[in-house]
Amino acid sequence: MSIVFHVIHITIHLTWCFCSSWWGGVQMGPPDPILGVSEAYKRDTNPKKMNLGVGAYRDDQGKPFVLSCVRKAEAVITAKQMDKEYLAIGGLGEFTKSCAQLALGNDNEVLKSGRNITVQTISGTGSLRIGANFLSRFHGPRDVYLPKPSWGNHTPIFRDAGMQLKAYRYYDPSTCGFDFKGALDDISKIPEQSVIMLHACAHNPTGVDPRPEQWKEISDIVKKRNLLVFFDMAYQGFASGDIDRDAWAVRYFIEQGHNILLSQSFAKNMGLYGERVGGFTVVCNDAEEAKRVESQLKILIRPIYSNPPMNGARIAATILNTPDLRSLWLEEVHGMANRIIKMREELVAGLKKEGSTHNWQHVTDQIGMFCFTGLKPEQVERLTKEFSVYMTKDGRISMAGVTSGNVGYLANGIHAVTK
Amino acid sequence: HDPATMSVFCEVPQAAPVAVFKLSQDFNNDQFPKKVNLGVGAYRTDECQPWVLPVVKKVEKIIVHDDRLNHEYLPILGLPEFRSSASKIALGDDSPAIQENRVGAVQCLGGTGALKMGAEFLRRFYNGNNNTKTPVYVSAPTWENHNAVFANAGFEDIRSYKYWDAEKRGLDFAGFLGDLESCPEHSIFVLHACAHNPTGTDPTHEQWKQIAETMMKRNLFVFFDSAYQGFASGSLDKDAWAVRYFVSMDFEMLCAQSFSKNFGLYNERVGNLTVVARDADNLKRILSQMEMIVRTTWSNPPSQGARIVAITLNSPELFTDWKDNVKTMADRVLLMRAQLKAKLQALGTPGTWDHITEQIGMFSFTGLNPKQVEYMVKERHVYLMTSGRINMCGLTTKNIDYVAESIHEAVTKVQ
Repeated sequence: MSIVFHVIHITIHLTWCFCSSWWGGVQMGPPDPILGVSEAYKRDTNPKKMNLGVGAYRDDQGKPFVLSCVRKAEAVITAKQMDKEYLAIGGLGEFTKSCAQLALGNDNEVLKSGRNITVQTISGTGSLRIGANFLSRFHGPRDVYLPKPSWGNHTPIFRDAGMQLKAYRYYDPSTCGFDFKGALDDISKIPEQSVIMLHACAHNPTGVDPRPEQWKEISDIVKKRNLLVFFDMAYQGFASGDIDRDAWAVRYFIEQGHNILLSQSFAKNMGLYGERVGGFTVVCNDAEEAKRVESQLKILIRPIYSNPPMNGARIAATILNTPDLRSLWLEEVHGMANRIIKMREELVAGLKKEGSTHNWQHVTDQIGMFCFTGLKPEQVERLTKEFSVYMTKDGRISMAGVTSGNVGYLANGIHAVTK
Repeated sequence: HDPATMSVFCEVPQAAPVAVFKLSQDFNNDQFPKKVNLGVGAYRTDECQPWVLPVVKKVEKIIVHDDRLNHEYLPILGLPEFRSSASKIALGDDSPAIQENRVGAVQCLGGTGALKMGAEFLRRFYNGNNNTKTPVYVSAPTWENHNAVFANAGFEDIRSYKYWDAEKRGLDFAGFLGDLESCPEHSIFVLHACAHNPTGTDPTHEQWKQIAETMMKRNLFVFFDSAYQGFASGSLDKDAWAVRYFVSMDFEMLCAQSFSKNFGLYNERVGNLTVVARDADNLKRILSQMEMIVRTTWSNPPSQGARIVAITLNSPELFTDWKDNVKTMADRVLLMRAQLKAKLQALGTPGTWDHITEQIGMFSFTGLNPKQVEYMVKERHVYLMTSGRINMCGLTTKNIDYVAESIHEAVTKVQ
């Protein structure tokens, strides 16, 4: 009798346990294309392997680089023994103020009249997301126009926020440069009041930036079409080595009367990747409008993460607001940008040395962390298979992964697959 | 600038400020010397100061001096050592579910971030795909941000389940059970793991058992919000009883954990969404989809806070230190509860005040009505929420007499 009871009990229990899961229909998500590169690189045992997928700066030894100004700022902060009370929804005041000043320039009229609202965000992604949510709520339904190509995450961010994506021509594969005519042509046809996303400097993934006179024409046509400008500035200082030069387009557009949206990231230029330091700015008509916009941004932020993390913002604010730390930072940013520029030059020199007859000028014309080599998918595949050089299929390499120790090997590999 | 450009944002209306933060603002602006802030939910010492846990200070020193550490990106789902140790805290070291490899986690930005990720996942994949009509039930009352988190994740039908009985100043258990019995099948229920915010009133073990039985019978989804583990009773295990019970009953469930209060890491935004799945394969697919949601929200979580927690939880010595620190906080709150009740009774304040010591955690639903609350704020400069919720941490041995007298006046003078 008791055996029967136990059998029934177990049967019921097993049936219960094997009942369908809520999640039976959940598909496996697609692997992240860029992470996939890093994973494959890790598995490779070739001692000469190179990881040119990673979008994080490496020093000439191929190691992550913690800036001295960051270490110094951390020491200052530790000594102050501050509490860990919640930040305001919009973040640390000293940070948001200096973040806006960095982008716009200390003397900018926008700052003086208080007609901007700048909130602290979860690095660049978080900033774009808040911006996308804000647009979706207060400027919908309008389309967002991205340059072709753009950072891979732009599309899903805006889509998730409920906006539709379209594109304007940007990269010219035949020149590995800027398709200026194509861009103007496409922009001139964008429906009024649409949102246009512009990379402020060091375009990701191509490294191709408009020249100042080209920016001027873009500004004119954007104005004519009455488009809402959203700048993504993830590399200020990191592109040319000069923070003012890299912010030129942003400042020019504001001067020209565009009330822009702006996303800033401190992941690369301060090496604060994992601390998630960023800012989102809306340039408004006046201070009153800025207050209204601010109140709505808070309403958007609160149900996502309540208020932002302190650590990175405190470090960034300390650096920006302490004169000798700020000078040190500018030096170090300049140093990082210079190393990248040097690697570009050495790569071209190396290719020439290998005997390549192709035109590699775009490698030194392009700017910032990434280089669109112009390599075709089959060539990329060979480069990975035969030389253990890991990069994304679109031919993009992260110059940050190139060092004086491996640039010759890279030149050799690229030449081998392109001759 | 060019005035011809009509602002796209001229129509943007001014939004109302978040009540609890406005309260703090008003408190800060008040010049009255005896003012007391019983608003925002953060721990205070007996000197009414914020408290950085000694163990946290210790670990921060370790981090700052460790040259091997850098500021590189964490993986999308967060710091692995943090995620696994955080889930262990909730489910217990010896959790069978963990041993069966069907527990995973997503490091998130605080408890809010964990709720957000869970809500976004549920909206996409629970009860069909993108079924925004699935009812989400939150307790009446509940933390004021619960509603917004689920609404912003796309849920269209957010309802409340009976919880607080204002008359008897306790749990309306019959009402709660009634709602569980009558709600639509597959409804999502947000349950407070312990130290219910704002009432401080938790179900008993027996009541939890009945809740679990009914939820299982009616195919309801379990989403725990665990913001006060350790902080409520002083014991991590005691405070996790309900969560662990539900896991043992084989629920597939989510548990949003916050380390803001129990680690005092408020502004570092340390949270963990623990996922308990049917099996490892389900878990794998769930986490892959979580990655997609994370990627478009914040890409990857902040490093500092998670590191502090991971180092602490993974070192036996530091873990003991932490448990002591947590008990210090919980004990002070318990002391304030006992003293407030004693003083009100000594004053002969009308009504019963047992609920002050029966309730648990940071908050107490005093039972003061909005008029009485207004009196407290305006006449006595004692700041509390309109709901009558007080933060026990705002009480100290120095201000408790003043607060007791204020409550006495409010209750006797204002009806």
